[in-house]
Order: sequence, then structure tokens, then C-alpha cells
Amino acid sequence: MPGPSGTSRAPYLLVLPGWIWLAIFFVLPICGMLSVSLMTGNVIDGFGFTGAVGNYAEALGGYWEQILRSLLYGLCATVLCIAVGYPMAYWIAFRGGAHKATYLLLLLLPFFVAQVLRAISWKFILADNGVVLGPLKALGILGPDAHVLSTATAVVCGLAYNFLPFMVLPIYAVLERVDHSVVEAARDLFASRTQAFLRVVLPLSLPGVFAGVLMVFVPTSSDYVNAAVLGGTHNTMIGNVIRTQYLVNNAYPTAAAITFVLMAALLLGIFGYARALGTEQVMEVQAR
Amino acid sequence: MTAARAAGSVGSAGSAGSAETAGAAGGGARAPRRRPDLGKWFTWAALAWLFAPIAGMVVFSFNDIQGRQNVTWQGFTLKWYGQAFAYADLNQALLNTLALGVLTMLIAGTIGSLLGLALGRHRFRGRGTTNLVMFAAIAAPEVVLGAALLSLFLTVNVTTGFTTTLIAHVMFTLSFVAITVRARVLTLDPALEEAARDLGAGPWETFRLVTFPLLLPAIMAGGLLALALSVDDFIITTFVSGDTTTFPLWIWGATRVGIPPQVNVMGALIFGLGVLLAACNVLLARRRR
Repeated sequence: MPGPSGTSRAPYLLVLPGWIWLAIFFVLPICGMLSVSLMTGNVIDGFGFTGAVGNYAEALGGYWEQILRSLLYGLCATVLCIAVGYPMAYWIAFRGGAHKATYLLLLLLPFFVAQVLRAISWKFILADNGVVLGPLKALGILGPDAHVLSTATAVVCGLAYNFLPFMVLPIYAVLERVDHSVVEAARDLFASRTQAFLRVVLPLSLPGVFAGVLMVFVPTSSDYVNAAVLGGTHNTMIGNVIRTQYLVNNAYPTAAAITFVLMAALLLGIFGYARALGTEQVMEVQAR
Repeated sequence: MTAARAAGSVGSAGSAGSAETAGAAGGGARAPRRRPDLGKWFTWAALAWLFAPIAGMVVFSFNDIQGRQNVTWQGFTLKWYGQAFAYADLNQALLNTLALGVLTMLIAGTIGSLLGLALGRHRFRGRGTTNLVMFAAIAAPEVVLGAALLSLFLTVNVTTGFTTTLIAHVMFTLSFVAITVRARVLTLDPALEEAARDLGAGPWETFRLVTFPLLLPAIMAGGLLALALSVDDFIITTFVSGDTTTFPLWIWGATRVGIPPQVNVMGALIFGLGVLLAACNVLLARRRR
């Protein structure tokens, strides 16, 4: 392996393994999926490429309800993440003192317990006669029919729970770099604490919020674990549909078409979003 | 994401009401508190939210139950820790998860670090495209990545299993490693490398003795992130794992018949391992300072 500097070939040798991996296992499959989505046939006789766009009609016509619900749940979870995550990031960045690193680590530690296991753990905690609802019902605070599981609220809270750290970290990364003398200057110029926050700190922190929205909205709106574990049968999301079509029904062309619609919708949004803000900037924030 | 960055000093603590802000380096005298620190309560409440299901999982690993329904508290026991490996297929799933995690950490850690080094250090053709592809790989929904890879493997008639899962895990974690390392490369002081060269070190020696040690915390943080993402992953894995079962997949399959306490035990042990790794990383970063 050559050193990092020296000949002009060096950067290409460094990036080559990464390029190959991403080209074969990321770019190529996405293109391949586009071709599968235009096939017809079934799993027994095989699929053939016919350029049929009927799969897309089926994807949009049959599953618009799940698509809209997914976007709505994703939006609610993202808003909830901002509501909880922004004050957290603010407090850690400005008042965390010497323990900032510890707080950040605490945010990441839950990831060592599998997402599925945490979702199932929630299911036990929130069960109709579980450790939370059971005593409340016994005390008569809640009626005997009260339940949390199988509701949209449970799914949205589960989604927000899973992706909260992805909101806190980028906001924190930006707030941590805010120069305190700027805030002091605002205070010296007779801005109230609220004014100093709204007109100085908040605008400076917006890139972090934008990055956080990206990191939360995309995975929440395409998730299916929370909907399957916490949501019951009336709250299925588009992820559940894709999973079922691929792995249970083996209806690959339809599944690929639905996946492609979801990806196109999200990627168009993401690229528009990133273009408005600058890709590098959004990614820089993620990296910290 | 590097925890080391987080320890950076806060700067001057001047604004009114920042009585809590003790300078990271100095830790000087604290002014008496004027009013309850709502932010602190809020932060701890949110952290409690994050850890609630994990606490539930750990508590129920000590539950003295009969049969497989681990739902209501029956009394304290340590026996499940003695019988942690009673299910052969669960053990295999756990081994698969650990093997996948470590291999992903090594492969994605290496490839991603090289990519991050090149992106942070060099200007080359295709740099913008590389950034864009990495960005798309991070931003793309997991269900899309899993479905697309499955489509590829089906098209070229590759049987899905351990290898295809490893390929998928490396693919979705390597961009995370690359941006972590790149962020560190961008903050390196070029004077250090110049000094090494002035003192007679060749390019390779400069890299080995100066650049690499400086990048090591970021490389380790990136690798740790890859490990955590791989161990946690469920969605992509369901698509490309074939007959290979990982720990999350086994749990998912067991939900219908009841999850045995051994799952809680293993979850608690993996969590403990994560705590240990994170603590080592922090201590190491602190020592390097």
C-alpha cells in the first residue's frame, strides 16, 4: 500500500476498494431493481423483462394508503424527535460541562441492544395488563378497556424512540460550535434571553436540525418493525407491504415497483433538500 | 460522532443563567443555583425513556418463570445466566451476529477509512460523485437497500446466506466510517506531517508514525459505529440472509411462540459488552489528549 501522499495515483488506490464495493452492491442493485420492476411473470415460471409499467400502477393504486400513512407517521415521529431532541442537544451542548462526552455515549449505548429486542421490550412494558397499564387499571385511573398497543400513537412513539439519537447528535454538533461571545453580544445589546435564542442561537443551529430531519424522516417513514410489533393490523406501513411482497408473496416485480416508488419519492425529496442546503454541509454535520 | 470531539471546551461561560456551565478544562467554582434546572430534568427524563426498554429487558432476565412466556414477574433467579446457552439455534444466531459484526467492523473499517482519508486529503476526479453516492447510501431507506440487494442476488442466482449478509453490512456501514474518518482528516494540522518530512521521514514513515496515530481515534470510532450498526441491523438482514439466522432475526421468529429468558440474558450481555467497548474508547481518547 502506498503512502497517503506522493504520486498522483495515491487517491485512486485509496478509494478503489470503496468505489468497487459501492458500485457493485449499491449502485448496480438499485439499477437492477428498476429492471425487475418492469418484469412480469411469477415465481414458478420465472420472470421476464417486458417493460410493463403495470407494476407501477399497482404500486400506486393498491398501496397509496400505506404510502401516505408512512409519510404521515414519519412526519409525526420527526416532529416528536425535534421536540424532545432539541432541548436535549441544547442542554448537553451548553450546560453539559465536563460530562458532554458521557451524555453523548449514553445516547448511543441503546444501539447495542437490537432494535427488534427494544421494540418487543416496549410491547411487554405497554401490554394491556403489563407493568404500566396493569396497576393504573387496578387503581381505577384507567378504564378496563384502555390500551396503548395497536394504536397509531404507539407506532409513532416507537419510531421516535428508535431514531431520537439521530436527531440529537447533529443538532448537538452544530450547537457545540456556536461561539458564546455571539450570544453575549446579543445580550449586551439588550436582547432578552428569548430574543437571543430566537434570533441568534436558533438560526445558527438550523443546519443541524435539517440534517437531523433527514436522518430521522427517511428511516422512520420506511420502517416496518415498529408497525409490526406495536401497531397491530390497522397501522401497516409501506415497509410492511414491501417486506410481505418480497419475502412472503415472492411477487418481486410488484415489490420492486413499490420500493422504487418509495425510494424515488424519498430520494427526490432528499436531493432537493440537500441541494438547497449543500450536500457537503449536511454530511459534515452527520459526521460529527 | 467521535466522543473525543465532544469533550472540547465550552469556551467562555458568560451569559446570565449559565451557572451550571463549568469550563471543561478548568472546572472552577460553581455559582449557587438560582432556579431548578429544567433542561437537566428534561435530558435525564429523555435518557430514561431511551433506557426504559433495556432496563425492562435486564430485569426480566432475572425472572423465575416456568415455560417460555416471560411476561409477568414471578420472582428473582440467576438460573438463566447459568443456562444462557440452552438453545443451540439461538447460540448459532448469536455467533453469526458476532462474527458478522466483527468482520463488518474490520472490512468496513479498512475500506471506509481509506475512502475517508482520500476524501479528506486529496482532490481527485470523481470526488464529488463519491460524496454523492455515499450520501445516497446513508440516506437511502434500509428497506430499499435490502430489497435492491435481494433483487441483485436473485438476478445473478446467488444463494443468500452469511456471505451475502456480510456484503450487505459492509455496504451500508462503510459510508458511516468514511465520513467519520474524513471529518478527522479535515481537522489534522498539516504542519505535523511537514515537520515529520523535514526531519527526514519518507511518505510511508510519515503516514505510519504521524498520520495514522492521529487518525486512530476516528478509525476506532468509525469501526465501533460499524459494529453497532451491524449487530443492531434487522431490516436489511431479513432480505439477504437466506437460511442464516442472526440474533435479531431469531428473536423476531420467536415472538410467536414466546421469547425465552435466554434472549434477555444475551441482550444484557451484549449491552454490557457495548458499555465496556464504549468506556475503553473514551479512556483511550482521554489518554491520547
